[in-house]
Amino acid sequence: MSDPNWQPRIVAFFCNWCTYTAADLAGVSRIKYASNACVIRLMCSGRVDPQFILDALAKGADGVLIGGCHPGDCHYGEGNYKTMRRFQMLRRLLRDMGIEDQRVRLEWISASEGERVKTVINDMVEQVRALGPLNLPQHRAEWDGEMTSSTEPAGQPAEQEAAHA
Amino acid sequence: MPDKPKIGFYWCASCGGCEEAVVDLAEDILGVVEAVDIVFWPVAMDFKKKHIEAMPDGSIVATLLNGAIRTSEQEEMARMLRRKSRYLIAYGACAQLGGIPSLANQFSREQLLRYVYQEAPTVVNEAKTRPQTSFQNNGHTVTLPEFHNVVRALDQVVDVDYYIPGCPPTPKITKAAIGALLEGKLPPKGSVLAPDMALCDQCPRRTSKPTDLGFPKFKRPHQVALDPNLCLLAQDIVCMGPATRAGCEAVCPAGNMPCTGCFGPTSRVRDQGAKILSSLCSNVASKDEKEIHDVLAGIPDPVGTFYRYGLGKSLLRRKANLPVEPAKETP
Amino acid sequence: MNTQNKNGEVRIGFYICHCGMNIAGVVDCPSVAQYIAKLPGVVVSRDYKYMCSDPGQELIRQDIREHKLNRVVVASCSPSLHEHTFRNAVESGGLNPFYFQMVNIREHDSWVHTDRAQATAKARALARAAISRVRFHRALETTRAPINPDVLVVGGGISGIHAATTMANAGKKVFLVEREPSIGGQMAKFDKTFPTLDCAACILTPKMSAVRSHKNITLWTYSEVVKVEGYVGNYTVTVKRKPRYVNEDLCVGCLECIQACVFKEPKFADEFNMGLSKRKPIYIPFTQAVPPVVVIDPERCLQVRTGKCKKTCLEACADRQAIDFTQKEELVEIKVGNIIIATGFKLFDAKRIPQYGYGLYPNVITAIELERFVTSSGPTGGEIVMRDGHHPKSVGFILCVGSRDMKTNRWCSRTCCMHSMKLAQLVREHTDADVTVFYMDIRAPGKGYEEFYDKSLKEGIQFVRGRVAEVTDWAMAPEEEGKLVIRVEDTLAGFVRRVPVDMIVLATGMEPQADSQEVRRLFNMSCGSEGWFLEKHPKLAPVSTFTDGVFIAGCCQGPKDIPDSIAQAGAAAAEAMALIDKGYIEQEPNTAYIVEADCSGCKSCIPLCPYTAISLDDATQKAKINEALCKGCGTCVAACPSGSIRQNLFEDEEIFSEIEGVLSYV
Repeated sequence: MSDPNWQPRIVAFFCNWCTYTAADLAGVSRIKYASNACVIRLMCSGRVDPQFILDALAKGADGVLIGGCHPGDCHYGEGNYKTMRRFQMLRRLLRDMGIEDQRVRLEWISASEGERVKTVINDMVEQVRALGPLNLPQHRAEWDGEMTSSTEPAGQPAEQEAAHA
Repeated sequence: MPDKPKIGFYWCASCGGCEEAVVDLAEDILGVVEAVDIVFWPVAMDFKKKHIEAMPDGSIVATLLNGAIRTSEQEEMARMLRRKSRYLIAYGACAQLGGIPSLANQFSREQLLRYVYQEAPTVVNEAKTRPQTSFQNNGHTVTLPEFHNVVRALDQVVDVDYYIPGCPPTPKITKAAIGALLEGKLPPKGSVLAPDMALCDQCPRRTSKPTDLGFPKFKRPHQVALDPNLCLLAQDIVCMGPATRAGCEAVCPAGNMPCTGCFGPTSRVRDQGAKILSSLCSNVASKDEKEIHDVLAGIPDPVGTFYRYGLGKSLLRRKANLPVEPAKETP
Repeated sequence: MNTQNKNGEVRIGFYICHCGMNIAGVVDCPSVAQYIAKLPGVVVSRDYKYMCSDPGQELIRQDIREHKLNRVVVASCSPSLHEHTFRNAVESGGLNPFYFQMVNIREHDSWVHTDRAQATAKARALARAAISRVRFHRALETTRAPINPDVLVVGGGISGIHAATTMANAGKKVFLVEREPSIGGQMAKFDKTFPTLDCAACILTPKMSAVRSHKNITLWTYSEVVKVEGYVGNYTVTVKRKPRYVNEDLCVGCLECIQACVFKEPKFADEFNMGLSKRKPIYIPFTQAVPPVVVIDPERCLQVRTGKCKKTCLEACADRQAIDFTQKEELVEIKVGNIIIATGFKLFDAKRIPQYGYGLYPNVITAIELERFVTSSGPTGGEIVMRDGHHPKSVGFILCVGSRDMKTNRWCSRTCCMHSMKLAQLVREHTDADVTVFYMDIRAPGKGYEEFYDKSLKEGIQFVRGRVAEVTDWAMAPEEEGKLVIRVEDTLAGFVRRVPVDMIVLATGMEPQADSQEVRRLFNMSCGSEGWFLEKHPKLAPVSTFTDGVFIAGCCQGPKDIPDSIAQAGAAAAEAMALIDKGYIEQEPNTAYIVEADCSGCKSCIPLCPYTAISLDDATQKAKINEALCKGCGTCVAACPSGSIRQNLFEDEEIFSEIEGVLSYV
């Protein structure tokens, strides 16, 4: 089960005006950092629906990173405050659901902080690496192993389909 | 005279409330009984498993199955009823979403069994006896089904045609669903048989809700003498109404209690708990981290509050890294 | 609804750009194209050297026509660079431009990762995510909003003045707001300017007059912007007009009130002269002030503070009655379409480098203080004198004070080498003193600047290369008695020296203004890591900011000299005028919308919008969004508990499919 080639996979939601631009700046400055994070661009961190975070984890992400503007600097005024509030509760919820703090992070990165993109991503990748894979899809397939695999009528339940995918 | 359509009711991991709900159709139940041929209903009629096994596949027009799937017997019956029924309808929150039983997905099987059979305050069990799946006594073998590690909603086991939501479904919703079934006027497969809007649409307190509501704190119903006419959110009470499907006509707010979300989310939402979290927290009336923390401390149990009925079908479904233990004979 | 194709089929064209070697040097582009080609719905999958070039764009157009594409995905650089380019290409190929999705595999991949296998794997994951997402794209139209042709310029220094006059000459109505009582900024304090040594006042004051007399410019000095609302083309700005207790329209600048003031002698530090002279509570900032109107300092004036004064000033102005102690602070609201920020800089406080002795030794002064000495209209009438009134026989200039310094400011302040040499030449001219310049590097990059350096050498100014360690008055030899000793390592000579001088001039560096953080929040701008206002692109868009309609010019963007400040001011004016003359701005169609049939009227969204774009419709009792006000942040979309608010270009299904796409590539 423990794959020596395993690499942490992190889904990052970056706000267009600050964090995405900071990542662009890191690129322009040729700053090198770990390649484990894939960025999904949103206009504001306020667009980050907690459903996205949970869905990313459920679909196999080992970690989720949300990047927004520093409090007070949101391009749209206050979107990041809403993110901050949601995140506090989400953090508690995730703890109760057995997901470690280091796997879901909210970071404020301003447009000129290209270097910080590198430090945040590198740091997060190492922390998640130390925790090991979360592997929720694989776990679900394991859970389903407890059910009898009997012949089904037309229309497999969604869960079993996922296990075979 | 053509045969009356065959209907069945079955219960899995449930409290019996959904059975009550059918009974609560009151005088309307006679109309139901006349129109259909109830071929099995464990709470009200006598039948054996072999009677169902003997039925041809697809010969039951509709089975309304309530309760979550927790044991191997429930799984087996769900699969069998799926084969035998043209329409398998998940009846009630447990079958639709996992229900309150699915809150057990926060614990491992071992934790649950140990608590119930050994550690609970009122239990005396020095021998640490646990239920066995098979037990021999005097040459006879008695068996119990296996207790699954995971609580599941019905559609996490078999293909489901329709859902009747509620904990339990209201008589109105039940009657409408059965009526639609008998008249053949069913919406597309997979639909939930209730309006696809949030409960606020039906709640008489809605007009009293301000358009600039922020939450300086959260209180719990037992801490406040609730105003029966004012929106509960405006009284700092967590009400799941905005994130919960309508259809019950706000029966809980009418009883001066907040909605707890039993009808599940609208079709546009993948995780009801995440959405109510997003909505409530976005409106917390503070920008200071410490203050926000204190406001949110007024909701002591996020899983229990936001996922009371829906943990089984939430995006995470179960606490991460809980084991899946094979069935054990001894603890 | 989703597609152009009658069969409802999605036909995707995928293009991965090599960008020369920028991407292809790290990412295996052909293999990504081959991988994507196998995904369902992908009809065309190509890799090409430069997608943004004409032939690259033509590829897209051609494929749309020949292969009947109804979706296009390009994997190349950042969307902030070329999303617009490719959307235009798609549109000219006959497809709605919003059926396009861009993948960033350069700034976010090939430029930041070194392992080819990992970078290629990431490119595949990102490309796959875009392919999943683009399926859900719909045809959208940009909306247009009109632009208010009036412009606000904040800051009345040389940059603000130039921007304002340029636009006013083009027929635009300009509001110029300056917080000091007069415009002119720092340049008004200079004597002569490099490299031509022409007199600062001579070139500045005509421009200041032009501002005053221009019919298209409304000049509000002693005023500050306190609130900004709205968006490009439609800003509502609140300006606080501080009371000078003098009616600007009535005062003719005769200054008799100052003569008549109950304070017989000036007592208070004169800010314009850097505290080297004094003024009365009623004063004019400097003789050529614009507007040429007196101002009363509310913290010093007896009448304003206590109400008990003989008010001799009022008597002196009996004819025109320009003095008015009943004046109050006023808040005025104006509507403009564009804003140019030219708020300038402040100087580094030399006390932060205590070893240079500023504030400790009276004859250690700063360059700007020397400017005031050297100016014929300054506090000493052009005489360079030490504190005891004697002329210095030797002067040392210390460069890079608070610049190029790990302990204080890391940047180069760009102008100090030149202005120090200028002041050195002026010191030679005025006093014949021995002048030594202690430097790390001499930076003389502009037109005529190197020649100016040659001139300095020819005039006998000594240059010692070394960073000054300390200034001390501890004499260790007879020739050092009564003098200030500069201790420095002369790096070219190779040993440590002690250089005794009479007077030391510190070339203090430029810094962002003290309130730059508040100001930039006010205008919704960002600051760079060093605190200067952040330009949209350091090379391609130096005067634009990330907020459309807000431009920056001059030293507030970073240290620069007068020619560059004016160039930027002209550039900012041109950018603003380009928008104004176009007449409208196109809004990106990423607005949120409420599906009325879905909305339950729970009102959870209404308080969330900072633009008050969401309101409760009285008739339906459901929420509705005013599309014109929505800026597309998506906060309400994420918060709607029943999923009834959606966002164009950022639909839930689009984002969920991106998540799935990123993770399905294992």
